[in-house]
Amino acid sequence: MHAAESITHTGVFRRGPLPLLLLLALALSSLLLAIRVGSVTMSSSDIWAALTGSGSSLHQTLIMDLRLPRALAAFATGGLLAVAGALMQVLLRNPLADPYILGLSSGAAVGALMAMIFGLGAALVSGSAFIGAVVSATLVFSLANGRGSWTPTRLLLTGVIISSGWSALVTFMLAVGPTDKLPGMLYWLMGDLAYSRSPWPALTVLLAICLLLMPLGRSLNVLARGPLQAAALGVPVKQMEWGIYIIASILTAFAVTTAGSIGFVGLIIPHMLRLVLGNDQRIILPAAALAGGSLLTLADTLARTIIAPQQLPAGVITAMIGVPTFLYLLRRSQ
Amino acid sequence: MTTLSAHQLVIDIPGRSDGTALNLSVQAGDIWGVLGPNGAGKTTLLHTLAGLRQPRSGEIHLDGRNIHQLRRKQLAQSLAVVFQERQDGFPGTVLETAMIGRHPFLAPWDVETASDLLLARQSLDLLELAHLEQRLVSTLSGGERQRLAIATALCQTPSLLLADEPSNHLDLHHQVQVMELLQRRARNDCGIFLCLHDLNLAARYCNRLLLLYPDGRACWGAKEDMLSLSALEALYRQPLTLIEHDGQQLFVPRASESPR
Repeated sequence: MHAAESITHTGVFRRGPLPLLLLLALALSSLLLAIRVGSVTMSSSDIWAALTGSGSSLHQTLIMDLRLPRALAAFATGGLLAVAGALMQVLLRNPLADPYILGLSSGAAVGALMAMIFGLGAALVSGSAFIGAVVSATLVFSLANGRGSWTPTRLLLTGVIISSGWSALVTFMLAVGPTDKLPGMLYWLMGDLAYSRSPWPALTVLLAICLLLMPLGRSLNVLARGPLQAAALGVPVKQMEWGIYIIASILTAFAVTTAGSIGFVGLIIPHMLRLVLGNDQRIILPAAALAGGSLLTLADTLARTIIAPQQLPAGVITAMIGVPTFLYLLRRSQ
Repeated sequence: MTTLSAHQLVIDIPGRSDGTALNLSVQAGDIWGVLGPNGAGKTTLLHTLAGLRQPRSGEIHLDGRNIHQLRRKQLAQSLAVVFQERQDGFPGTVLETAMIGRHPFLAPWDVETASDLLLARQSLDLLELAHLEQRLVSTLSGGERQRLAIATALCQTPSLLLADEPSNHLDLHHQVQVMELLQRRARNDCGIFLCLHDLNLAARYCNRLLLLYPDGRACWGAKEDMLSLSALEALYRQPLTLIEHDGQQLFVPRASESPR
């Protein structure tokens, strides 16, 4: 009895699985809301019928071909960004880090805009963005990795510099790009789910990486206390840091490929969760996937309904929801 | 009994000549104290002995096996380190932090068990931190953090404990309490290696001393042989007065000849 009592107070179980269950409920409701509202609002029974394949053909198309893929893409992107942000913050031991801090999104932007200027289709824009992100990540890491070692500061500075280099290129392309392509390019830069195609690659990556990270949670907790302390506690620091960098880069590359560079989710979600749930990465990482996914799903639903039939880029809404919520939590935690 | 031994060890401080190669061993019952002025390389030596830095030359063995050939996790199961500097940008609670000491004993999928929790609570108790267990580390004072770092290392149930300035930030009561605690651990099968600034704590609690000079020269041996006034004055380049009180030797720095 005493043992059972005590164990409820240890890390993972201290707050129980309740926060994760609540977030799961939030995730499901946000997805449900996203497929429910739009130009044609549907009742729960219509949605159920469409999901089970017995609805009218209009409803069927609306749900299965339009709203559900888009909602899932938004959820996957938000989840990817929030998990990547949480990982980057631990890797760089800097609470201001976000998934884009090492230049991934601006690298992807260069790739995407270049494809748009050449008038390539959505699939090639995505592919080109992915290549841009990977090139940028490789460039930053190999430049920061002089003489076999790197420090968070060195990595951070290299990332910021490379990132501003890409941004200059982006500005250049916006200045000289054909006028009729400008709105599309701007929407991509602000983050927009209208470009997303199949949600499945992003969802698969999110799920696979969350499973992969589960056994690493405690090692990440140790790593957050600094590389020396982590090494003294038996963590293979170098391998862990490389691994996190690569994983976070993959997550971010898939996110920007799906929806362009959506801001705030990757910075704010991990922070919010830390303020509320503490600093155990074993809880923070799955919670980030659920909360980030929910935020972006809600934001995208708002973005396509708030001034319908016109659509806003989802990145605008994430900022409008995220900033005040974060400031509120920050004040409350003092 | 676990033994950590240095063989012809030269620590790597850029731009310094090799100096004296170290041959010494740390084992249960030993409380080593490393004395030396700022910049003599005490911390570098401690990190090198813990396998966290490559030596310039020589080897370090844990029970006869080169520590650089052991897995870090294996090493961490017998050797704990208390660092001088700590990072807590992502603070956990005091209890969570102490429990981190169990990390080397848990497989990736394991969750801390009731016995891990018990060890963490016992360690906090020993350092008089039990009442703070739910507090966030970021809200602790410097001395409380120092004691928490020691509690975390004790929670690691080490047979070798390397601590860099364990008395930093501690008030007099806690200095005595920590040193007596380490003394008890040494008698209970733990080898202890400390970098110390406080000559008098070293004289009172250590049984072996290593004097480390800024140019890399070093000498070491039993405490009684090392506490010579002239050697210590040369080490710190500071005139000292030796006071004997109740069989205790106390070293007090003398004021400069011509104060300005």
